[in-house]
Amino acid sequence: MGAPPRRLPYLLIAPAGLLMLGFIAYPVISVFYYSLQNYNVTKPWRNGFAGFDNFTRIFTDDPQFWTTLGFSARWVVVQVSLQLALGLVLALLVNQTFVGRGIARAMVFSPWAVSGVLTTTIWMLLYNPSTGVSRYLADAGIGSYGTSVLSDTGTVFWAAVLAELWRGVPFFAILILADLQSVPKELYEAASVDGAGRMRQFFHITLPHLRDAIVLATLLRGVWEFNNVDLLYTLTGGGPAGVTTTLPLYVANTGIEGHDFGYASALTTVAFVILLFCSILYLRLSKFGGDTK
Amino acid sequence: MTAALAEKDPRSPAAPDSATDAPAPPGRGARRKNRRERAFDDVPRWQIYLPLALYLLFTLVPFYWMLLFAVRPAGSTSLVPWPITFEHFEKVWTERSFGMFFENSMIVGVATLVMTTGIALAGGYALARFEFRIKNGFMLALLCSQFIPGALMLVPLFEIFKNLQMINSLGSVIIAETVFQLPLSIILISGFIKNVPVTLEEAAWVDGCSRFRAFCAVVLPLLRPGLIAVGSFAFVHSWNHFLFALMFLSEQDKQTIPVGLNTLIGADSVDLGALAAGGVIAAVPVVIVFAFIQKWLITGFSSGAVKG
Repeated sequence: MGAPPRRLPYLLIAPAGLLMLGFIAYPVISVFYYSLQNYNVTKPWRNGFAGFDNFTRIFTDDPQFWTTLGFSARWVVVQVSLQLALGLVLALLVNQTFVGRGIARAMVFSPWAVSGVLTTTIWMLLYNPSTGVSRYLADAGIGSYGTSVLSDTGTVFWAAVLAELWRGVPFFAILILADLQSVPKELYEAASVDGAGRMRQFFHITLPHLRDAIVLATLLRGVWEFNNVDLLYTLTGGGPAGVTTTLPLYVANTGIEGHDFGYASALTTVAFVILLFCSILYLRLSKFGGDTK
Repeated sequence: MTAALAEKDPRSPAAPDSATDAPAPPGRGARRKNRRERAFDDVPRWQIYLPLALYLLFTLVPFYWMLLFAVRPAGSTSLVPWPITFEHFEKVWTERSFGMFFENSMIVGVATLVMTTGIALAGGYALARFEFRIKNGFMLALLCSQFIPGALMLVPLFEIFKNLQMINSLGSVIIAETVFQLPLSIILISGFIKNVPVTLEEAAWVDGCSRFRAFCAVVLPLLRPGLIAVGSFAFVHSWNHFLFALMFLSEQDKQTIPVGLNTLIGADSVDLGALAAGGVIAAVPVVIVFAFIQKWLITGFSSGAVKG
């Protein structure tokens, strides 16, 4: 029968546990450790214990930390709320019965599978001032020639938001559509008999049922949008003039290009604590796993 | 019966009125009546097709744009991809080494899929079927790991792989991708397994099956949609992921497709045709995987996975 049942669960989680210890826990601990050190490969003579110097510098002497944190917050809030709103509408639409539903679902969900770098590829072709969409619009008399939305500090934010929305909405739509399948049909029938219109059915049956799924999806997506650097790194490189630099991009620049790994580790630690704090607060405020079900 | 008819009668004469003096679509009154009689969720067709068509435009125009650039000759500004040329594909596949990148990405994707699914199946089974002392701690570790930004772990991970002498080997990327895929995969799979009644397994034990055989014969077939969802996640993520490959694989013959695309994007004068062709090559495998799994994706999630 193999291993005795008492030891079996440990054997089963051992591969996952060991991999996570070695390649997640150990790096995390080393980041905490280095956050208390001066560690810069280009200035080895200064390396050594630094105490809380790195943290003091973050909070008192680093305007870039605050601007990048502000941009990250704005990016996460705008992305998650727009993705949720559009994803919800999309899920409700493709949950209806209509001719061509299967193919419509496949098409609207397809950007889910597309990577950040590929999204950049596609949207660079669209945004290109000489051969992109704006040129054809200008031919038709809308807008002007030579508009480069990615190099204008006024438009670059919304240009990046649009590109990220394009591939982000299907994630919400898929999760919400999956959860919609479990709403008991009798509830709608009963509400319909009682004369509740579609709007009231939505707010009193559908939305409460979806609540936990929505809370979880927005949280996961928020963390993911905060951490993910693929799209902004390749599409704008944090520019122009640093206006699209998120906190993780700033950390990556500090640690990898600036070789100041001690300071980058301290920034990472701060980012991690902020993220954890916001997540717990969000779960508390939204009463996740509450009693409405 | 007659009472019901009488109740509806005053409504039908009203329908032609609203059709003549209001811009409402013809037959609206009749449709409204139908809805009341027939299905509770029967929405007017235009309220489905119009927003859906708008959204489809937003989804498909970018894909079309890429395809257009990939197949039309350099310098052409036509919006219709005719005549088709494959010059960009040939150039990208050989001169820009996308053939090699494709092979590397395939190796990373398939290896990550196999490792993630196998390891997560074992871990998920332990969480779903056993009570053991470190169970809650392990669950907490899985959840917390979701908050750790992979991008910020690059430097310590780089040092680890350097010490293991795995820099410039695809193994480093496969391990890193697997490790960051594991937590969510374990949570999902343990949810799927919980949905399979234990009594099914117990019946097989009574019939003399070992735990392992019972699992393979009874549980595994029922997990199929869930496993397809988790496995395809792992494949698509590792196919798409960019930073680990960028950092750990500096030799050109080891690089993956996203890194190759990034090189094309960052070139001094971007060759748009080659970039678009490279994009199409990057998109084809994931789009095929996606088309194949999208039905399972919805059933997979809806079998209670997200809620554990």
